[in-house]
Amino acid sequence: MDNLILDEMDDSPKVKFSHENGKLELSGKSLPEDVSTFYQPILDWLTEYSETPAGETEFTFKLTYFNTASSKLILDILSILEKMKDDGRKVVVKWFYPEYDEDMRDAGQEYSEMVDVPFEHFSYNP
Amino acid sequence: MSDIKLNKGFLDFVYDFYKGMKEHEITLAYEGEINHQIMKTFTSLAEGNMSKNDESELLQKKVYHVMVECLQNISKHAVHPEDEADLEYNRGIFLISRNNKVYNVTTGNVIKNERIIYLTELLDHVNSLNREQLNELYKKQLREGHLSEKGGAGLGFIDIRRKTGEELLYKFLPLSGTHAFFLLTSTIPRNF
Repeated sequence: MDNLILDEMDDSPKVKFSHENGKLELSGKSLPEDVSTFYQPILDWLTEYSETPAGETEFTFKLTYFNTASSKLILDILSILEKMKDDGRKVVVKWFYPEYDEDMRDAGQEYSEMVDVPFEHFSYNP
Repeated sequence: MSDIKLNKGFLDFVYDFYKGMKEHEITLAYEGEINHQIMKTFTSLAEGNMSKNDESELLQKKVYHVMVECLQNISKHAVHPEDEADLEYNRGIFLISRNNKVYNVTTGNVIKNERIIYLTELLDHVNSLNREQLNELYKKQLREGHLSEKGGAGLGFIDIRRKTGEELLYKFLPLSGTHAFFLLTSTIPRNF
């Protein structure tokens, strides 16, 4: 299957999903006008990927902002990863947050409590 | 000549308006259509101003978030064109004020009277909860996914309340037998 690459916009994140090496990354801001329209192709790609994933899947979230409408779609992404893990696949989530941003840090903590997928948390200096 | 008199009264109003803005420390005021483009314009304007004023990155982020959530609450009502009265629903007022302790983000928009009870109960409930209860409610709403309904604003209100730590201030003013004006102020403390 093809990789999924979307450029970052002022209201939507950069998407860089590579099938062959299992490295999937979502970075930037997420507050699109219509979250469902923006995220549907991402969820579709991920669902197809989950059928024949790479040996190890590493999903990196490096978001600087997401609105509450996006938060539901992020949970949908994590639920697909959780299902992969339940199917015996190797999956890890890397959650990056700017060092000043306690809200983004807490969001990573919260998501890691909501799904059964290994989470690693990293702060960085933006 | 009557035009000149009219203009003079108008200019007096403008001056009163200016004085009122100063008195209430309003740094941005807008009335008109609120759509996605307008939301993006105001948020980037506010980001620029706050960064010029050397506000902390965390505070900037919180004010930005409150603005996005409040403005999207209004602009999202524009998606029901089958109802004629909805033409007014994506219009509103938007104000930012600040003093040495807080930023205030205020929105005002027209709603149907039948929404008043729902919004009052929701806002009173959200205001009554502590941080831990708010986190639990947020997670519950996320899991159950009430987002696409018109009442989806719930998640936004919960998140504003928990991220600012402050109660949401609101008021409904009657406009007609069927509609009311809904005013909402979120307060963001400048020191976390």
